[in-house]
Amino acid sequence: MITVPLYRAAHGRTGDKGDLSNISVIAWSPEFWDLLVEQVTEAAVAALFASRHPSSVRRYLLPQLQAMNFVLDSVLDGGVNSSLNLDTHGKNLSYLLLELPIRVPPNLEALLVGTNDEALDSR
Amino acid sequence: METGPLPQSTVVSGDVLHVGGAAGFSGDRTDATGPVVDALINSPGPSVLIFETLAERTLALAQLARRQDPSAGYEPLLDDLVGPVLARCLAHGVRIVSNFGAANPVGAARRILAMAAEQGLRQPKVAVVLGDDLLADHGPQWRALLPDRHVVSANAYLGAESIADALREGADIVVCGRVADPSLVLGPALAHFGWSMSDWDRLAGATMAGHLLECGAQVCGGYYADPGFKDVPNLANIGFPIAEIHADGSCIVGKPPGTGGIINAHCVKEQLLYEIHDPQAYLTPDVVADIGAATVTELGPDRVRLAGVRGHARPDELKVNICYENGWLAEGEISYAGARAEARARLAADILRERLAGLGTLRVDLIGVISVFADDGGSAFGQMASGHARDVRLRVALSHQDRASAERLTREVTALYTCGPAGGGGVRVSLRPRLGLDSSTVPRDRVSMRHVFIEK
Repeated sequence: MITVPLYRAAHGRTGDKGDLSNISVIAWSPEFWDLLVEQVTEAAVAALFASRHPSSVRRYLLPQLQAMNFVLDSVLDGGVNSSLNLDTHGKNLSYLLLELPIRVPPNLEALLVGTNDEALDSR
Repeated sequence: METGPLPQSTVVSGDVLHVGGAAGFSGDRTDATGPVVDALINSPGPSVLIFETLAERTLALAQLARRQDPSAGYEPLLDDLVGPVLARCLAHGVRIVSNFGAANPVGAARRILAMAAEQGLRQPKVAVVLGDDLLADHGPQWRALLPDRHVVSANAYLGAESIADALREGADIVVCGRVADPSLVLGPALAHFGWSMSDWDRLAGATMAGHLLECGAQVCGGYYADPGFKDVPNLANIGFPIAEIHADGSCIVGKPPGTGGIINAHCVKEQLLYEIHDPQAYLTPDVVADIGAATVTELGPDRVRLAGVRGHARPDELKVNICYENGWLAEGEISYAGARAEARARLAADILRERLAGLGTLRVDLIGVISVFADDGGSAFGQMASGHARDVRLRVALSHQDRASAERLTREVTALYTCGPAGGGGVRVSLRPRLGLDSSTVPRDRVSMRHVFIEK
């Protein structure tokens, strides 16, 4: 097993509505689907977003698309009309989720995309 | 529904409606429309051009603009969006459907008629869809519900029916205010295919085609590129999307030949889930769309098929957005570079915290160290140990109901020039009014959706 950031096995996009953020996680290869379901859980995402204080984290699975959708409630400090954040929409938040460390077995290593972010490794 | 790739000959034959998505928000590129119109003219069968230019707040801003000038309140870039393509659209029967009417659809329609006259074109048949503006139709009732607030706008999200009716009656151009974004595509599909308003699966299919188109280039590799992970060619000239909508409600998304960008299964999946909550219950005024069994299939370069969308009966009530005046947002920034830059920026932040104590939450960002991932309350900031960043831009923000109180932030940031740490430079400050937004629902029978044709 090697540990890599989620962005090497999946990609995603953030959307917002009010104080709620939705973040998709889409497998780069169908072979990653099972380990994403097992490791990219509501609890893991809630822990990663602890400093954004989500009131709930829900995960919806779309196996035929090898995609999941996370809905994080109350993470935008009131949303685009009341947040003091530069990024009032939270558009960057997919890149926070995609830093989640995941464990990948040796037989899937060749399917990983890109390389680990050097800045992240040295932090 | 098929799940595998279809032979090309199967998917291009038969009854197809082409819909081009030429804008994804107010402020989008205006030079992307030309290639979309050219491709629509060259495609077989009827075609429609849509512009989606109305985000949640855009409409309230338009309402404020109309207060200043009764002839304003529609999309400010209307001339740039429509002017260059109006002649070709009218000559080739490419119909235009848009929510660029914003807070003044009649004003936008009149401007389009004037543009046609200025260009020496025939007078187009222009319809406007009305009924979304609840303050215009029922102002006193709505204001009475929110007595403590300075309400700017209250708009219901209309569905596709009036758009379809106007097109059936021969409209060249349909100007809307607040309609649900995907209804801009479902309306033309209803008019073309003649589906019943309870043919939920087909309605849902065209609705999700609209969902893919409503953000313009976002389905063509825009908002997708990530060097080394998701490389996208020629983003500087990205093409905007065209959906081929089929009689079964499925669609194929493509883009004009020779344009930049990319359409593959991965970027279509990202846009399919964009701003979706429960994938089995995407609520629109027309249908509850369900992508729980939907399939996304690459048919060839820049051609992706979405099929298998299911639909459920539409909601009984319509969503309403109410915008109100909500105080002032003050922001200020100053840069520190070189040795101990982060320590000097942190010292400046401490000074501002002391000087602005009592004005409510003061958000502090150290751009280059910690900013947009962090929360307003500062818990992420507080957990991060001081470092040795050498190029830091301090940014602070607060909001306050009282303008003079908010303005104190801008003055304190400016004063850091002489009263703050060494070497601070590049102060920028801004003070802007804020709008608040509440969402609610209203029974359909309280909203009188209708369309009228405008002739001068």
